Amino acid sequence: MHRVLGDRRAIAILLGPALLVYSLIMLVPIVWSLGYSFTQGNTIEGFTGNGGANFSRLFDDPAVRDALWFTLRYAALVTVGQIVAGYLLALLYVFFLKKSSGLIRTLAFFPVVLPTVAVGLLFQKFFQVAPQTGPVNSLLNAVGLDSIDFFGSAGSAFWVLILMDIWRSMGFYAVLLFAGLVDIPDEVLESARLDGASGLRLIRHIVLPLSLPVLMSSLIFSINGTLKVFDSVVALTNGGPGSGTTPLTLYMFQTSFTYSDYGYGSTIALLLTVVCLLVSLAVYRVSRRDLSES
Amino acid sequence: MSVRMPCVRRKRPSLFTAGAASLALLTTACGGSGGSSAAPKEFSYLSVTENTTVKTALTSMSGGACKAANEALPLKVETVPQASLDQKLQLLAGQDALPVQFAAGNAPALTQQLARSGKVADLEKELKELGVYDQLEPGAVSTIKALYGGKLEVLPYEYNVEGIFYNKKLFRENGLKTPATWDELVSAAAKLQDGGVQPFTASGQQGWPLTRLISGYLYRSLGPDALKAVADGKAKLTDPEYVKAAEEIAGLGRKGYFGKGVGSIDYDTAMNQFLNGKAAMFYMGSWALANISDEKQNKVGAENVGFMPFPAVSGGAGAIDQYPSNVGLGITLAAKSFDGKTGDWVSCITKNYGSTALKDHGSISGFKVNTEVMDANDVTTQVRKTISESQRNVLWFEALFSTKATTVSQTNAAGLVTGSMKPEAFMQTVQDALTAK
Repeated sequence: MHRVLGDRRAIAILLGPALLVYSLIMLVPIVWSLGYSFTQGNTIEGFTGNGGANFSRLFDDPAVRDALWFTLRYAALVTVGQIVAGYLLALLYVFFLKKSSGLIRTLAFFPVVLPTVAVGLLFQKFFQVAPQTGPVNSLLNAVGLDSIDFFGSAGSAFWVLILMDIWRSMGFYAVLLFAGLVDIPDEVLESARLDGASGLRLIRHIVLPLSLPVLMSSLIFSINGTLKVFDSVVALTNGGPGSGTTPLTLYMFQTSFTYSDYGYGSTIALLLTVVCLLVSLAVYRVSRRDLSES
Repeated sequence: MSVRMPCVRRKRPSLFTAGAASLALLTTACGGSGGSSAAPKEFSYLSVTENTTVKTALTSMSGGACKAANEALPLKVETVPQASLDQKLQLLAGQDALPVQFAAGNAPALTQQLARSGKVADLEKELKELGVYDQLEPGAVSTIKALYGGKLEVLPYEYNVEGIFYNKKLFRENGLKTPATWDELVSAAAKLQDGGVQPFTASGQQGWPLTRLISGYLYRSLGPDALKAVADGKAKLTDPEYVKAAEEIAGLGRKGYFGKGVGSIDYDTAMNQFLNGKAAMFYMGSWALANISDEKQNKVGAENVGFMPFPAVSGGAGAIDQYPSNVGLGITLAAKSFDGKTGDWVSCITKNYGSTALKDHGSISGFKVNTEVMDANDVTTQVRKTISESQRNVLWFEALFSTKATTVSQTNAAGLVTGSMKPEAFMQTVQDALTAK
């Protein structure tokens, strides 16, 4: 075995095909897209170089600023929501429901299995005001309040979107964090209880520190998913009203494929990559430090 | 470790498509020198899933009037959802693989792009050579030329005028006459609202039924060249006389004349509200006659539906007999595959499509109707008469806009009437999208 792996040719033969495929379908398009950032045009008219014009446009474009701000706000709120709700559910499973948590776990996980488009339609109907009054507005009417056109303004549509995405994914994070909580040795909890720690103090000083690694991986998962949100926005509001709920991904898609401006679309994609990279690095760094401390 | 990967992955669809597209471009560029005017083996037709009329009519013609053409070059229909049509066309054009006949994009801008790069047949020349140019209605030809920079780039498979359909019964019950001026229309709406009837229904989700009202007001107040002036840069949508139009339409929304949640109303819901008598007026194109003539859909009865032009604005420069017209989704033919057999198909279509579509689908096209067809109802007769008498055509709000300005205008229209966007802000946003390049 050692002899085979010591041979350069053998390594080349073993790694070559995978590397080639990887380069062709990942690296080449990435570099290509980077190249597109310096051009203007589309597949019909061809591409012409336009230097750094796309980049200066990127900094002047108010739509990019709005989309970036929306993306960051959305990512922050949904990440916090997903993890807090997931963690609370996991605590519920482990410390309150204990062995009988199976049914609740299944129910909370159910939305994760549903297709996003179905969930989007469900929430549309739930919050709609016309042509029929949806359940939420009926409830408002029942307590004497006026109906609200939730999708009529960017502010309320944003909150419906946040609510939907937390509801949709908290079951997943609950299961992830549940696995982490189950791993905490019973003896540790037992001795903490003997020392007089109970309830909130037990969670604050024993459970939270011991489940920090899995919390951190959830955070990384979550922030990466939410920065690149696309499907749930398209399904629920399609970026509307106006462009009130348009994240960077959707703006990139529209620019490239609806407005057939591939060059500028690539530039927006590059911005998104840089944002993802920075946020990931930051989270990674924080998590490494915390992991080594614990 | 798994930190960066997902980020890159999100980018992959666009990167990959772009990469694939450019790869295709590269290959075609390499192979282009060999010349590729291979004769088509079938009369392939790329259409959109939403439009069933043209597809069905062509299929029935392939077994009837156009049987000979079909035997030489069999018809083959392929469809894509309308929302992905532009993307598909871009890919096919990049690969030099456009079908013989195809829906030419959601906005004239894309068709013109295709034509500039020599992908679209010169239809005026071809039709004249085939001796069937006179089978096209002159009104339809002038509409196409106004839309496509003075060239006949598409065939008029549809020819529509637009106006306001209204419920005659509800008008009678509320003691209303057909409004001839904008002020009369607004007071009629107020009276209907007081009588517990929703005055208008419109799809805010589609957006265009609302922006059409803005352009309607503009044509009546500033004259038929109002939007041409914007396209040519001689006027701006932010000029006070243009903002006035947006203000008028926003005013209708502010008074609740479009009902609740107009932004969530889709095309079918708006149509249903009108056809079930829940709303008194409905701005729409004459293609709605197919729904109006269908007894299953139309619960108020075709005899209770009337058609009126967009009313005049007092003191305005436009006239009430100038109708917005369009040819529906433009359908065109590829330059590369236009040979004798394709020509047979095209001349057969120009001679027979008009009567087939009218008879089977109640759909009005821009081809001459060569076999007389009885109209299904009075409102159809009225619309056909309007089309033949129309003095001058005008275009709709977004007709001369770029794809981006079109999207921006249509997605923000609902905000304008629900009041979440001020009229000046709306016009400013659209104008910005127009000037951004």
